[in-house]
Amino acid sequence: MISYTEKESNRTLIVLSAVVLIAVLVDLFLIFQFAPEERSMGHVQRIFYFHVPSAWISFLAFFVVFVNSGLYLWKRDRKYDLLASTSAEIGVIFATLVLITGPIWGRPVWNTWWEWSPRLTLFLVLWFIYIAYLMLRSFVDEEEKAARFSAVFGIVGFVDVPIVYLSIRLWRDIHPSPVIAGGQNSGLHPDMKIAFFFSLFTFTVLFFLMLLHRLRVERTAIAVRELKRQMAY
Amino acid sequence: MIRSVTAILIKDFVSELRGKEMLLSMLVFSLMVAVIFNFSFPPGSEFIQEAAPGIIWMTFIFAGLLGMNRSFVYEVDKGCLQGIMLAPIDRAVIYISKLIVNFVFILLVELIALPLFVVFFKLDILGSPGYLLLVVLVSTLGFAVIGTLFSAIAVNTRTREVMLPILHFPVAIPIIICAVQATAAVFQGQEWAVVWGWTKIIVAFDVILFIVAFLTFEYVIEE
Amino acid sequence: MEQICKQPTVAEPASGVVQAEPDSVIQVSGLTKAFGHHHALRQISFEVRRGEFLTIFGPNGAGKTTLIRILSTMTPPSGGDVSIDGFSLADDANKIRNRLGVIAHQTYLYETLTAAENLRFYGRLYDLPDLNNRIEKLLAEVGLRARQNDLVRTFSRGMQQRLSIARALLHDPSLLLLDEPYTGLDQHASEMLSGWLARLRDNARTILMVTHDLERGLDLADRVAILVKGKIVFSKASSDIDKSKFQKTYYEFVEQNTRHT
Repeated sequence: MISYTEKESNRTLIVLSAVVLIAVLVDLFLIFQFAPEERSMGHVQRIFYFHVPSAWISFLAFFVVFVNSGLYLWKRDRKYDLLASTSAEIGVIFATLVLITGPIWGRPVWNTWWEWSPRLTLFLVLWFIYIAYLMLRSFVDEEEKAARFSAVFGIVGFVDVPIVYLSIRLWRDIHPSPVIAGGQNSGLHPDMKIAFFFSLFTFTVLFFLMLLHRLRVERTAIAVRELKRQMAY
Repeated sequence: MIRSVTAILIKDFVSELRGKEMLLSMLVFSLMVAVIFNFSFPPGSEFIQEAAPGIIWMTFIFAGLLGMNRSFVYEVDKGCLQGIMLAPIDRAVIYISKLIVNFVFILLVELIALPLFVVFFKLDILGSPGYLLLVVLVSTLGFAVIGTLFSAIAVNTRTREVMLPILHFPVAIPIIICAVQATAAVFQGQEWAVVWGWTKIIVAFDVILFIVAFLTFEYVIEE
Repeated sequence: MEQICKQPTVAEPASGVVQAEPDSVIQVSGLTKAFGHHHALRQISFEVRRGEFLTIFGPNGAGKTTLIRILSTMTPPSGGDVSIDGFSLADDANKIRNRLGVIAHQTYLYETLTAAENLRFYGRLYDLPDLNNRIEKLLAEVGLRARQNDLVRTFSRGMQQRLSIARALLHDPSLLLLDEPYTGLDQHASEMLSGWLARLRDNARTILMVTHDLERGLDLADRVAILVKGKIVFSKASSDIDKSKFQKTYYEFVEQNTRHT
């Protein structure tokens, strides 16, 4: 039975890897060749095609954490815990990308490395919440307890996000931010739109590929730990 | 339910009033911070008044975390939490009782420390002390709502003392922002609408996070 | 000895619940506790009859504490059925909690409260009538009446364990679960505990003890079982056991069942 599911997941992995490989190549072409240069910001605007999809993927990842945390507490099936924790790791990676690409974009455009804009601030908070989530998991010795605690934190953390955003936005209102030349979604050139949405698609399939790989690694690690535990007597 | 909550409250109050571990450590900590912050500004600086709301709330959060950590360590030390869980009471009773205890103790410390902050930092609250009291009440409730849940988690980790702030801070950011701004508004003598603009977000936080914490607490304490 | 020696109030059978055998207090069938592929308990089934003293032996990590935690409603099982006094663990947890007392190596006592305050606190949680009288009687029985207003912090380990027995018996449970109750006790305190347990057994209380202390566990038990790696691998009436050879039997069973998995 184990070998059957292994085979199944191998096939899925190969297909998905191929899709991601092609998508990434096409995406790079679209971003650097196909999409026109932005008039006021120049080439640096192309970071937009990485920045925004990264943000979208981290939201998706943290939503996956939230859903699977709830499912874990309800069903007590370890697979939900695995999905939640691996998704949190990937979410943190993409949130980190958001926090790196943001300043790179912001430096030439806003003339500052860090701007307490509501969205960037929100991502900083998100990043802290899910770093705390991962730390919590590694600081609890029993695996079952780690799963329960992090599931609770995964739910609380996600529910908190809208309130965090609300408070940050209100806080920004009294410290007005510099006017950003051209809103991100206002008057996007049709070719830019194509590149953007394809980029979104590429990042999404990449997310699922990473999730699958990470799940496989984690399952193997658990199997090894279990074998060691059985041999320890 | 009310009977069991009262039983736990009496137990905690009697025990705390005897040892005063939680109250004293929180209070002394708050006062020390108030004094130390004074040294970080040039003498006679006006800036301290502007920074006061932030200083006050950071002090209260740290003091609160100190106290809440204690309150669960003392429950699990001799396995007492398991003793409580053996009794025919709902798990929610344990959450509600510990929440009330944490809330009351932190509030008590804040009410003693706040006048001293006002004196030390030469603040003006006489315009609307009622607004300030409301802000303190709802913010402290919010801290305790998540703090009670997280301290029950943190007590089971290898790094008890460090884990609670790491879990608590990022989630508490809405309260931190809004409490500081609302307090600043009170000090600046702003009208009620401005204070309420901030306070209502704290109230929303209290309600939503209370529901989530209330529902998930039983999963945290199950052994 | 009034309180402890009197017959425990036999629980009225649960209405609407069909009891397979009215005489069994604990009924466990197919009990499993697992996290992923790691199993703490694998398909355990056993019964404990009213008034019986069952000791379950097992090495560390066998799942003894997990079993006690499940039976005492602290942790939910992953699978299988458990009923206590005819009540199902899943549906009637509070009714079960009213009927069971737990004595563990941890005392469950607050060191900053006095002996009487500790008992009063737990008594309130059980909503017991006539609490003050009950507390006085129990304190007298465990020999702590003179110290009732002293902080538990000032008590020796043996005294704390005696108070812990009083705490467990406060609501007059018909079933006692004992989790390594001898841990941390000196010779004298251990003997006293054995005396207590023998008296409790003789007064028709059902007792389930888990321990790795072979000698003391065997002394008191009507029946013994061995739990290894989450499975019950041995179960016998203690009258059928040659006590001098039990140690050897125990190690054989543990050895056999840890090698082949």
